Amino acid sequence: MATRILAVDDSTSMRQMVTFTLKGAGYEVEEAADGQQALDIAKGGKFDLVLSDVNMPVMDGITLVKELRSLSNYKFTPILMLTTESTGDKKTEGKSAGATGWIVKPFNPEQLLTTIKKVLG
Amino acid sequence: MSIDISQFLQTFFEESFEGLDIMESELLNLNVGSADKETINTIFRAAHSIKGGSGTFGLSSVADYTHVLETLLDEMRDGKRDVTQQSVDVMLQSVDVLREMLNALQDNLDLDHDRIASSHKQLTDLLSSDTSLPAASSTDSNAPKDSDTQEENSSGGWIINFSPYPDMMKTGNDPVRIIRELEELGNLTIELNDEKVPSLDELEPESCYLSWKLTLHADVPIDAVQDVFSWVDDECELQINEIIISDGYSGPDRRAPESTGKARKAASKEQTSIRVGIDKVDDLINMVGELVITQSMLHQLHDVEEFNQNTLERLQDGLAQLEQHTRELQENVMRIRMMPISFAFQRFPRLVRDLSNQFGKNIELKLTGEQTELDKTVMEKIGDPLVHLVRNSLDHGIEMPEIRAEAGKPETGTIELNAFHRGGNIIIEIKDDGAGLNTQKILQKAKENGLVKEGDTITTEQVNDLIFQPGFSTADVVSDVSGRGVGMDVVRRNIRALNGSVEVVSTPGVGSVFTIRLPITLAILDGQLVRVGKETYVIPLISIIESLQVKNEFVNAVTGSAEVYKLRDEYIPILRLYEIFDVEPDTKNLSAGMLVIVESEGQKLAIFVDELLSQQQVVIKSLETNFRKIDGLSGATILGDGTVALIADIVGVYELYQKKIVPSELKVIHDGGVAA
Repeated sequence: MATRILAVDDSTSMRQMVTFTLKGAGYEVEEAADGQQALDIAKGGKFDLVLSDVNMPVMDGITLVKELRSLSNYKFTPILMLTTESTGDKKTEGKSAGATGWIVKPFNPEQLLTTIKKVLG
Repeated sequence: MSIDISQFLQTFFEESFEGLDIMESELLNLNVGSADKETINTIFRAAHSIKGGSGTFGLSSVADYTHVLETLLDEMRDGKRDVTQQSVDVMLQSVDVLREMLNALQDNLDLDHDRIASSHKQLTDLLSSDTSLPAASSTDSNAPKDSDTQEENSSGGWIINFSPYPDMMKTGNDPVRIIRELEELGNLTIELNDEKVPSLDELEPESCYLSWKLTLHADVPIDAVQDVFSWVDDECELQINEIIISDGYSGPDRRAPESTGKARKAASKEQTSIRVGIDKVDDLINMVGELVITQSMLHQLHDVEEFNQNTLERLQDGLAQLEQHTRELQENVMRIRMMPISFAFQRFPRLVRDLSNQFGKNIELKLTGEQTELDKTVMEKIGDPLVHLVRNSLDHGIEMPEIRAEAGKPETGTIELNAFHRGGNIIIEIKDDGAGLNTQKILQKAKENGLVKEGDTITTEQVNDLIFQPGFSTADVVSDVSGRGVGMDVVRRNIRALNGSVEVVSTPGVGSVFTIRLPITLAILDGQLVRVGKETYVIPLISIIESLQVKNEFVNAVTGSAEVYKLRDEYIPILRLYEIFDVEPDTKNLSAGMLVIVESEGQKLAIFVDELLSQQQVVIKSLETNFRKIDGLSGATILGDGTVALIADIVGVYELYQKKIVPSELKVIHDGGVAA
């Protein structure tokens, strides 16, 4: 079964870029535009990795991580936050919420793939 | 491996422009002093997305610029900084600058570096002012942050003591992944310490009890090692000690992934997409389903050998259904292009705010009917005329506060923008409670310009309508704000180009109402079909005043070939359509045909045709895209019988008439009417 990734970002172009890159590398990708959507989608299926933006309307990335970690299905699933340098303290916040790690924006497709391959082993 | 991400640039531009619109309207909503946290958060998010995206897509100038704005907003969001009027103003300006930057980048134009730099400075000044926080540098967004140490010494490798806390795996981090990653850096010796593993009955399967001593035999900087642990450095005990060897070789820094690809192709501006609500798409699919059912219903009749009363009824039912579904489908497809007019209205709060400050006037803007939908193309083209009219109301309509107080009016003037649908048209009203049009001044101006002769009797409505005449906007009527070299004649011409109309009703001392009437879509036109010889033409219904049969006694021939028709108190030039389009008519005798009285650019025209046919909605096909632009025609359509009918462009026809028929000295006041 193909590795499934849930990509969460409120920016359409970002989502398109991430999805395009991941699909190109053979991953199966689902998209969500905010934390709530992501949570709903995550509950409906099983993902091997969640990639989430931090700042989003409706439900932000930090809350999403907390919510996901409370689900038995996602207790150990790698969750990567897409952060920016300027939101440095968000890393700590994300970590304490249970995020696995982060990818710093701006990143290019190659960097994204390298990191994801590392996490997924 | 290189992945081309320039294909997503267009989406990035679109969403960034949307984000800027949101920023602008939310900035206007901000209450200075007691700013709503959610509002700031919304603004922050928009700036944040633009920054993140621009960095990713290689637009570093935008990323650098937005970074300062974002930092500012971040501090406001965290309550570290007050929202002042000054900061709102600076941020509003930065929205403009960003919009210009993105526009320029989208069109591959040069950036206005001076303007960007000065706005950037304003932002950084603001950032470094009245707060204890140090000003963030604007250029560090791509700099690696985790490297606090600059390790220049060579090393024989690293001894790493790695003891994860029990909960480390609960963040999805796997010690095995980390060890594997270290192995990629060089030769790794692994010593496992399993002392802490409890007896089986005490063992919690979700906890980590193991620790490792890892010896990495590789000449890599400490950064590279720390990087491997960067996600877990607060979830484990970590010691990294260097194995010193003495040859003193300084290895290169291996950690230098370039930020983002510079590849950027010009994104064509025509590729712009349209966002359609799912409900609209669902409606369409539903409708197509209905059509398929109707089709199969009709298809059953295909096999009928002989028609009887029963089958005939079924055929009629089927055809009636087909008609209904086709119409509904057409309406639904049209709805896809429809957008709420709020997209055109949203710029006005800012405009009115800025201009009232500039003029020292107090003005309240009221928007109603923002959900009224109209065609995207119409929306894009109505923006400028609307701005012009609102500026005009602000500048000339609303009086200064003290004058209003003297007149017994509230000091705060009101401008209302209202949109609603009426009979297949969309009506936009721009209403102010200002002084109204100064009819005396207009009349005086008109006499100076020769638009009105001494002794002419002229109604108030006619006087007011004069402001739409070309050349009427002069320095003493229009200030630099409303003026800008564009007169109300251009407003009217642009609106006419959309097959619309604009009128003004004004009461001195009470205010003015400008009413714009527009077709809901440009794709369909309500037309009057007329026949000239073998040709059928479509005249837009919106420009027709009336149609009549010619009475010869009312026809006057002026010098040369120019004829006028006396209709009640007016003399209207007669335009023989066959002369304009050079076709052979049934008759050249006026009394044998029909006159269609139309109005164009405030000028009435009597168009002579052979016969009036039906009135119907026609689907407009562009001549420009399918053939080429032809003067006097705005498009073509295909009639029910499959023939092509040309759609007359009244303004263009009138210009042709002036060129072809009227000798130059007889040209009336409208010679400035260039096609919009």
